Amino acid sequence: MYEILKKEELSPHVYAMEIAAPRVAKKAEPGQFIILRVNEEGERIPLTIADFNRETGRILIVFQVIGASTMELAALEVGDSLLDFVGPLGHPSEIRKLDGTMVVVGGGIGVAPTYPIARAMHEAGNKVIAIMGAKTKDILIMEEDMKAVTDEVLVTTDDGSYGIKGFVTNAVEELVRRGEKIAQVTAIGPVIMMKSVAEATRPYGIPTVVSLNPIMVDGTGMCGGCRVTVGDETKFACVDGPEFDGHAVDFPGLMSRQRMYRDLEAVEKEHVCRIGLGRK
Amino acid sequence: MALSLKKHPMPVQAPEVRAHNFEEVALGYDEETAVAEAERCLHCKVPQCRKGCPVSVDIPAFIAKIKERDYGGAIEKIKETNSLPAVCGRVCPQENQCEKYCILGKKGEPVGIGRLERFAADRALAKEMPDAPFAAAPDAQRVAVIGSGPSGLSCAGDLAKRGYKVTIFEALHKAGGVLSYGIPEFRLPKDKVVQKEIENLEKLGVTIETDAVAGRLYTVDELLGEEGFDAVFIGTGAGLPRFQNIPGESLSGVYSANEFLTRCNLMKAYRFPDYATPLKVGKTAAIIGGGNVAMDAARTALRLGAEHVYIVYRRSEAELPARAEEVEHAKEEGIDFRLLTNPVAIEGDENGWVKAMRCIRMELGEPDASGRRRPIPVEGSEFSLAVDTVIVAIGTGPNPIIAQTTPGLALTKRGNIAADEETGATSKPGVFAGGDIVTGAATVILAMGAGRKAAAAIDAYLKEKKAERD
Repeated sequence: MYEILKKEELSPHVYAMEIAAPRVAKKAEPGQFIILRVNEEGERIPLTIADFNRETGRILIVFQVIGASTMELAALEVGDSLLDFVGPLGHPSEIRKLDGTMVVVGGGIGVAPTYPIARAMHEAGNKVIAIMGAKTKDILIMEEDMKAVTDEVLVTTDDGSYGIKGFVTNAVEELVRRGEKIAQVTAIGPVIMMKSVAEATRPYGIPTVVSLNPIMVDGTGMCGGCRVTVGDETKFACVDGPEFDGHAVDFPGLMSRQRMYRDLEAVEKEHVCRIGLGRK
Repeated sequence: MALSLKKHPMPVQAPEVRAHNFEEVALGYDEETAVAEAERCLHCKVPQCRKGCPVSVDIPAFIAKIKERDYGGAIEKIKETNSLPAVCGRVCPQENQCEKYCILGKKGEPVGIGRLERFAADRALAKEMPDAPFAAAPDAQRVAVIGSGPSGLSCAGDLAKRGYKVTIFEALHKAGGVLSYGIPEFRLPKDKVVQKEIENLEKLGVTIETDAVAGRLYTVDELLGEEGFDAVFIGTGAGLPRFQNIPGESLSGVYSANEFLTRCNLMKAYRFPDYATPLKVGKTAAIIGGGNVAMDAARTALRLGAEHVYIVYRRSEAELPARAEEVEHAKEEGIDFRLLTNPVAIEGDENGWVKAMRCIRMELGEPDASGRRRPIPVEGSEFSLAVDTVIVAIGTGPNPIIAQTTPGLALTKRGNIAADEETGATSKPGVFAGGDIVTGAATVILAMGAGRKAAAAIDAYLKEKKAERD
């Protein structure tokens, strides 16, 4: 069992939890993910690691309530435990000294997994700029954390309530315009956002890494549910990724597959609500 | 009494009933039938049946015990060499193994060895007859077993009985490997059979750590180093699903058989929404492939509510790799076999969902390297099957995680671990491997046989290591 040591509501429907998982924390690296299960009836939920601490044995996860399973997770409190917590899974991000600036782009809760990458790239001696996007100011997360591990933070909000009005791609364009020598962009967030960032960097030939979180069950290469076309090849996000070359990923195919269970998620939500689970 | 030329039939659930539930299809012999079947055994002076068994069960001896109604004695005999008899009695391809060599088979039907094994094993499970508890010495050498499927369980059981401290590392949240995630409930009940057999192993002193992805959490080198194990057995199986690489495989509604079966068996999607994992089966499903996994997927789709289920296989009935009994059961349940047919593309609707599968008819040409006649497309014979679910069951490759994280571990051209056939020894000292990760996808019992051989080799290796140390 894996105890919840800390819980915080970062913005409406977005939660951060620190989980006691010493053996996972010991091996975790930026860019990797975990799979958790709340209880015996629960789904296996993949989440990218938002932070880890080898000394305290803690892993930070950040998630948004989108269906019954995340609702159930959000209903847990400090002192409760998760039944399963598996990881670290996937290949770590490549951490190295670049010839130029490292830009991390996080959209929505995708900001969370860019944090350990930004920190590690900063520690590796790189100039790191973080671009953080949110629909509106109230749902922006982890701004202070990010400021502490980067040289510059650019915030964009769709409605202009904070920072640059517009999308993360506007901030990327802005950096290019001012002559920033960008060596690499790592973008994590909704598929449509990652696609847009990849399109924005393509004309400039800026290497762009995206981290995919497709439908998956086991996370160890067994189910093939997380398959995605990269270039001409079928790749499994869990064992070949989760990070891929954003300029080679077939985003339309990925978006179509992400919708596969949407209607059943609704059934499930309704079901769970009826018996009162997941309510505060 | 004249000797019957026929096996005593196995009682089964009626096809029209079982096609709509997940209860076990075959119901097992009752006591009188089992004794009567046991009496068919001729007790040949030189029993041929045993040589067909990958784990060399003393078949005539256990059958003799059943004849004497000493069922405890029967299971003890089986367990001398087989640590999972209730599983093997259900899923072994006996017709190609023990029963194939039975002398009775020359004139009529062989003794129902598998059915008798299942009878003895079920009786022991029902009566809660665990193996005698076994405590390893405090200074016993330690063995790490990676993967809790058939090869790992069998290797672990044998090593525990030899007095070693064994820890199994399982990546999933439940032990059993393919027994838990792959083979359906209606063929191999999970709580009643698989988990019980695993509990029996734990009573032998085997420790099972679930949620432990070896390679990521502990590398093989770390297991042999700081984690303090004296030897490692790798039994990670053939888990990586293959696709045909035809257009449309990324559409929604296309599954690997692994994903489809894992959602249903391990995650219990057949009890959605009480269990949270969903599994969508439309009205018409096509399963690509002709092996046991394809039969399992087809029959599962039917039970999940599909109205029409096709098996699409590129060769003819004679080449179907599935067990004859599974094919027969599938047909009885109404699965529609489209043989000599090969998919060329999957077509989607405007929402990215499967709506049809383009197929081409095949004919058989000259035998290929496998000795089977090669299927050749018939020009101009393309046609469309309207389906909304496609399940790809054309085989699996080796799981890559251990290979990716273990420097110095030699692999074969196909990415399997290169290991000695008799001992399981790999290119790394102290590291052994067996089962599907070495051979490619095969059967439960072959993997168990490999686990046993490796256990014997690990025993010899550790004895030598100890002698050198002392």
